Amino acid sequence: MKKVVKKHPLAIRWFHWINFPLLAVMIWSGLLIYWANDIYRIGWGDKTLLKFFPNSFYKALNIPFRLAEGMRLHFVFMWLFAINGFIYVLYLIFSKEWRYIFPNKRSFKDAWIVVLHDLHLTKNRPPEKKYNAAQKIAYTVVIFMGLGSVLTGLSIYKPVQFRTLTDLLGGYEWARIEHFTLTILFTLFFVVHIIQVILAGWNNFQSMVTGLFLVKENKESLLAKVIPAEEINAEKEVVEILPTKEEDIIEEISIESNNEEKE
Amino acid sequence: MDDQKEIVVSSKKFRNKSIVAFIVFFIAIAAGVFAWKWLQRQPQVAGVQKPLRKGLSLDEKVFSKALSDKHLAKTYPVSAAAKNVRFNGDVGLRSPLDSNWKLKVVRSPGDTLFISLDDIKALPKTDITFDFKCIEGWSQISNWSGVKFSDFAKKYNLGLQTQMNYVGLTTPDNKYYVGIDMASMMHPQTLLCYEMNGKPLPLNQGYPLRLIIPVKYGIKSLKRIGTIFFSSTPPPDYWYERGYDYYSGL
Repeated sequence: MKKVVKKHPLAIRWFHWINFPLLAVMIWSGLLIYWANDIYRIGWGDKTLLKFFPNSFYKALNIPFRLAEGMRLHFVFMWLFAINGFIYVLYLIFSKEWRYIFPNKRSFKDAWIVVLHDLHLTKNRPPEKKYNAAQKIAYTVVIFMGLGSVLTGLSIYKPVQFRTLTDLLGGYEWARIEHFTLTILFTLFFVVHIIQVILAGWNNFQSMVTGLFLVKENKESLLAKVIPAEEINAEKEVVEILPTKEEDIIEEISIESNNEEKE
Repeated sequence: MDDQKEIVVSSKKFRNKSIVAFIVFFIAIAAGVFAWKWLQRQPQVAGVQKPLRKGLSLDEKVFSKALSDKHLAKTYPVSAAAKNVRFNGDVGLRSPLDSNWKLKVVRSPGDTLFISLDDIKALPKTDITFDFKCIEGWSQISNWSGVKFSDFAKKYNLGLQTQMNYVGLTTPDNKYYVGIDMASMMHPQTLLCYEMNGKPLPLNQGYPLRLIIPVKYGIKSLKRIGTIFFSSTPPPDYWYERGYDYYSGL
């Protein structure tokens, strides 16, 4: 028998995996377009820390002189990207799934602790539901980034027809900078996301495909099985001070119980 | 995950569900890869796979609805205009300019008007300072003057012609040519332009007469107009033939 949680609804899995190649095509075609006027850099005055992008980067990916190709891909796939994202947001709202994603007041404080924990700088970790506080903020931000990409994109695609929008975004050139910055942030999100998925392990990854998250044996039931009542209380105190991951507790307990057996 | 219900399933059921989910997952990946390769293989229209051309037509259908004589490109004070105006292309300008240049307007086959620069200058003059946008992604605020195409059409009794769907423009050597939908051509900011920064156009900006069409990317603002004609079907377009969107509206 297996104890599982229906973690990701089918719809969300489809939205996620459809979005992945669509976003990839948007970023790729965006690069083909950006190359034709690649003026952005990080630096000041004559000093450039990072040029977007170095020629070696363009060369390695065979980007130069593909503006027309980039534009037609961008302006066809934009529909699919926007529609998938739009239906996803509607789904979040009507299925109430947004409650798992949208951060609350606590999340902002908790997110720091999660980040410190992930960086092994603290042993504390706030209790979490489907997503931890840092995930909530990241996933919510990335939804708004998607909306931002659509709006900044529209404002540089049709700056005359949607002039008010373009003006609100600070004008044509600013909107282009914003659109570009959002793309950079998407790729950074992607990198962190991949690292986190790898670190989280197979059970987590497969749940995004199957929907089912395998639950490790519950700590209370384990405690009840192997540890006498007095020790549970002692253990609980420790747990309260250092609320570590469930798995960690289970490991600790099983080591202890092994020792007991040996004695 | 306290809010999410824990359920107990048999190991066999869990395994079967996982297998089915992963099979669907891999089929979906294969379908995606196949669709991408299929797209690349499609027969091309002017250098672009048919489905993408259809997509661009859909874009035009949707966004040309937003085009309106009331939607004007943002304008700026003349003082904001660049003194060094960017020069980006000389296709159609490489042949020597005929000193007897006259604008040819083909009203119908065999009925061509020849109009001198002086006659054009005699029409009501319109001045615009706007952010000229290149399809490459750069833009520059620049100042242009000339006659609105709509005024020009009225003055030369082109009412019948402007009922048609498209206008075609070519350079005198026919090396550069654009096609423009009538609504964009008749837009109040579209100029037959003969001055830049208050002076006659320099040769590399299309002397004696060029198009300035702020509702389109710069590729449509043809320099050194030789001939203007009217058509019910899309006239040939230089950059369309090189894989760009025909409409290229802003």
